[in-house]
Amino acid sequence: MAFQSLDVINRSASTSTPPQARGALEVAKLIDISKCIGCKACQSACMEWNDLRDEVGINPGHYDNPADLTAQSWTVMRFYEEELPADKGLAWLIVKDGCLHCAEPGCLKACPAPGAIVQYANGIVDFQQDQCIGCGYCQTGCPFNIPRYSMKDQKAYKCTLCSDRVSVGLEPACVKTCPTGALAFGTKTDMKDLAGERLVELKSRGFEKAALYDPSGVGGTHVLFVLPHGDPELYRLPKDPRVSPLVALWRSGVAKTLGVLTMVSVVVAGIFHYMKVGPIEVDEDHKENPS
Amino acid sequence: MMPAMRMPPGREVVPRYSTGERLTHWAVAVAYVALFLSGLAMFHPFFYWTSAFFGGAAFMRVLHPFLGVALFVLFYAYALRLWRDNIMTDSDKKWMSNMVAYMNKAAEPYVDGKYNAGQKLMYWSMVVVIAGLFLTGIVLWRPYFAPSFALVTRRVAAVLHAGLAFVMFVGIGIHVYAAYWTKGSMRAMTRGTVSGAWARFHHPGWYARMTGKERP
Ligand code: SF4
Ligand code: SF4
Repeated sequence: MAFQSLDVINRSASTSTPPQARGALEVAKLIDISKCIGCKACQSACMEWNDLRDEVGINPGHYDNPADLTAQSWTVMRFYEEELPADKGLAWLIVKDGCLHCAEPGCLKACPAPGAIVQYANGIVDFQQDQCIGCGYCQTGCPFNIPRYSMKDQKAYKCTLCSDRVSVGLEPACVKTCPTGALAFGTKTDMKDLAGERLVELKSRGFEKAALYDPSGVGGTHVLFVLPHGDPELYRLPKDPRVSPLVALWRSGVAKTLGVLTMVSVVVAGIFHYMKVGPIEVDEDHKENPS
Repeated sequence: MMPAMRMPPGREVVPRYSTGERLTHWAVAVAYVALFLSGLAMFHPFFYWTSAFFGGAAFMRVLHPFLGVALFVLFYAYALRLWRDNIMTDSDKKWMSNMVAYMNKAAEPYVDGKYNAGQKLMYWSMVVVIAGLFLTGIVLWRPYFAPSFALVTRRVAAVLHAGLAFVMFVGIGIHVYAAYWTKGSMRAMTRGTVSGAWARFHHPGWYARMTGKERP
């Protein structure tokens, strides 16, 4: 609980409005894929700062190590060896995978435990594992397939954007450690400006399609990507991510309220029917010749 | 050995449910109430407080699917004993067309079987709904089964599970109310018998078959 209650603007499964008194600058982490060398220093920094130790795995034949996000690995570098379109040759596309801290987080929408997922005014989406009931619904809600479930304690985990560091004015551990400057951290506006400058530079160097990834389908994110080749699908990022309509239906206030209202109506209808019509009774005393 | 209790003879009673049937029915009912309370807490935060009955929400979430399996097993054990009496017949159509009048006590639809068409519909809807709840529940069951299903399967299952649970609540609500409304039927499930007058009025065909007496 690195933040104060005044900094919480959204809480999972809550019927009341969270505190709105204090605004805050939205922060963002910018991941510039064109500068990333895949050294995994950020992965190590994440492990160190959060005191996580994943199990030693096996080499599955590619550079991704560990092979996937886990409850102990909140960020993973993914290496995609890609034949680029328009005969631009073969390239390593290295994507730092982890939570994007959506402005409209599907995980938060799906979570049934009050306060197990919170969103801070600065945009960080944080899991509060002490409130988590281990249902895994957050996975169902996330359009980026991020939260990971721990078999050990039956809780969900993901990147916190180092909310504890950010709350005391530090940048996330991964940003602090990145040796090439591929990672930057600041206000969302500043990060977009920085990305804009970088896009101009990339375009002048022949990356005509270079683009910023800040998908509007989830209200924008607080982790931004500079994609040198533009097309998000090359980097295995969803082109137009949004909370699945199934999740939206299942967790919509309208559906839930309608459901509860109808259930209450069944009870009320029973009471009223009984009061109007009265019970069906058989006359026990005239058993020998029923009318 | 204690001598069997001997009571003075009273009103005519007709046996309706065996001890085994009654105990299974109430076991299903207990499982249903526990499932409903725990499920409701996960469906709408307004009801999150019901998790207090289960020693906290995290444990409730663990318990819920096990209760579901218990309900599934008990319900089908029970339903299997009753299915023959729940086959829809031609006479049920007449009951259906008179249903609204019956609910207003304006008609006495003739019932031939052990159950009327409303009870039969309840029976079959529960047979379907509980199967659906079981299957979708397996897909959502953490930590055992959920990881082996695709994300979209889990999304579909979550929606269906909530929808079916809703149908089940409405169905069981009607079932409980109907039992309360029809005076004398509660006794069938609490004591196993109904009065002769009750049987003659509500299920004349069944009464005739049970007692060998003529149809009233
Ligand atoms: S990326 Fe997934 S886990 Fe992260 S905030 Fe968005 S929905 Fe939640
Ligand atoms: S598993 Fe995810 S959805 Fe379920 S309570 Fe924990 S954080 Fe919320």
